[in-house]
Amino acid sequence: MSGRLETALRARIDAGGKCLVPYITGGYPGWVESIRACAANGADAVEIGIPFSDPVMDGPIIQQASQVSLDAGTTPLSILHEVRTLDVGIPLAVMCYYNTVFHAGEKRFASDLAAAGISAAIVPDLPLEESGPWTSAADEAGIETVMLAAPTAPDERLPRVTERARGFVYSVGLLGVTGERVTLAGTATALAARVMKVTTKPVLVGVGVSNAEQAVEASRVADGVIMGASVVRRMIEGGPDAVGAYVREVRQALDSTKW
Amino acid sequence: MVTPGADGRFGEFGGRFVPETLIPACQELEAAFVDAWADPTFRKELDEVLHEYAGRPSMITECHNLSEQLGIRLILKREDLNHTGSHKINNVIGQTLLAKRMGKKRIVAETGAGQHGVASATAAALMGLECKVYMGAVDVARQELNVFRMRLLGSEVEAVTSGSQTLKDAVNEAMRDWVATVESTHYCLGSVMGPHPYPYMVRQFHRVIGDEAYVQCNDLLGTNPDFVVACVGGGSNAMGIFSGFVDTPARLIGVEPAGGAAVGRGQPGVVHGMKSYLMQDEHGQVAEAHSISAGLDYPGVGPEHSYLASIGRSEYPTVTDDEVISAFQVMSRAEGIIPALECAHAMAWIIREAPKMQGKTVLMNLSGRGDKDVGQMMSILGGVK
Repeated sequence: MSGRLETALRARIDAGGKCLVPYITGGYPGWVESIRACAANGADAVEIGIPFSDPVMDGPIIQQASQVSLDAGTTPLSILHEVRTLDVGIPLAVMCYYNTVFHAGEKRFASDLAAAGISAAIVPDLPLEESGPWTSAADEAGIETVMLAAPTAPDERLPRVTERARGFVYSVGLLGVTGERVTLAGTATALAARVMKVTTKPVLVGVGVSNAEQAVEASRVADGVIMGASVVRRMIEGGPDAVGAYVREVRQALDSTKW
Repeated sequence: MVTPGADGRFGEFGGRFVPETLIPACQELEAAFVDAWADPTFRKELDEVLHEYAGRPSMITECHNLSEQLGIRLILKREDLNHTGSHKINNVIGQTLLAKRMGKKRIVAETGAGQHGVASATAAALMGLECKVYMGAVDVARQELNVFRMRLLGSEVEAVTSGSQTLKDAVNEAMRDWVATVESTHYCLGSVMGPHPYPYMVRQFHRVIGDEAYVQCNDLLGTNPDFVVACVGGGSNAMGIFSGFVDTPARLIGVEPAGGAAVGRGQPGVVHGMKSYLMQDEHGQVAEAHSISAGLDYPGVGPEHSYLASIGRSEYPTVTDDEVISAFQVMSRAEGIIPALECAHAMAWIIREAPKMQGKTVLMNLSGRGDKDVGQMMSILGGVK
């Protein structure tokens, strides 16, 4: 049985479209309005980052946004409290580092997410082998756990990762941390093609997908994209309006391409 | 001693909590280490480099003056006399030999006080590897001599300006580098921490400290010491010396700084690839450690220490910066040995607890020399009269 996130993405894919999931750093000034702007401009879901003191998968832009948010007193619970009142009509996922989950306790964190209306969770420092306690709590609470597939994974590992994934499979676009790049890495499409071969779940490319053109390029082999640093940079520089305009631009680029 | 299985656990602690990208690298490293450790040729080469280059075995020194003053029998394990001035060289020689065996051309390392960075830069120069060292900007400022040393040795040093700008942030940045360069680069982690196999591998490279000290103590004393004392940041020098005595009746004491007491004041948490005791706030954000000693300015601790603490085998008291400043001077004047500020933590605990240890034999790991700290102490003490 598919959860709310997978169902929403599948609807887009089945209609012949490509999925667009922007990332917004929770607690950064204007973050709630930015999520609304994403929803209003064609995002299929939004990934909300819960800031952590030691974000090892994140590059400078998201680190900076996380630090501003933490300095403003953001906590996991303050984000979930505000999310509860968001009624944007698209599924919401959280991206959080594992200590946020572990510290709260797997079961409590899963039920807190569910109570806030969150559909899914992405935990980038929780690999397959360590994921058991979280995924069983998440499954029980109806939270879809997105798993990451990495360019370094050997062929035998990919099916095990995709098998455990719920919502979608996060196909990591490059060797490295989040951030904008001039061109889409060759590893992005190469890995996405490998992942697409071993799963029927939606496959989205994230990390290093930096503009509309790259989103189209990645979507030629995958079911869509997650866009983080390029969205967060616009939130920092131009606020929710800039986020909305950017999401609309990417949406239009995806919709006007023949697949 | 615990040999962790495939799950990398010491009891409930340890594990491998890293981004998916790094999983194959950790698995490759684990297999390479297990293979090398069982290979007599590798072990012979390691022993030769440790002997001919680093100066092992390090001696033990009985401190007659301090022993008399304190009413105990105090023995030092002299890791300060190793090449590069601390125990860190043991691990670095092991890891760089392994990196070469794995065909890696480049290493990255994090450093706090700079001792691991200097050791890494040294071994990289010796082995012909490219080396980049990440160091918190705060530490770069307070350990400028070590920064210059690393550059002199041909390494690149990058000042890390994120977060608390100390050791934990240097680890984050080194991990980010490794995520991007994993195919050509070995992460030369400097303590018994991080994802499996690092805590186990680094302990094995440092257990030479404890293995030597066990034999040396038994030669000198005819028995084991009553106490084995070492400072604990990440905990590598302590794990090294504890390794020789964990199966004896000796009490094992890991001394933490009051402002960085992961075991003493932390709760189980997950950061830097491992589950271990961790100083954190009520929301699970990692707390910033505060210590006069850059090498102990770390909010976490190696998972094997968490395990030994959880089963009651070792103890983790704390000392204050003031006690450390005092111990630094006491040891310098009484024995003519200027200790690293890290080791002055162990000395401070021994001085404070000596009245309760009268007549006992105390083995302390003097894991590094204090040359690097002289400038900092001069500014604190304002020159010694």
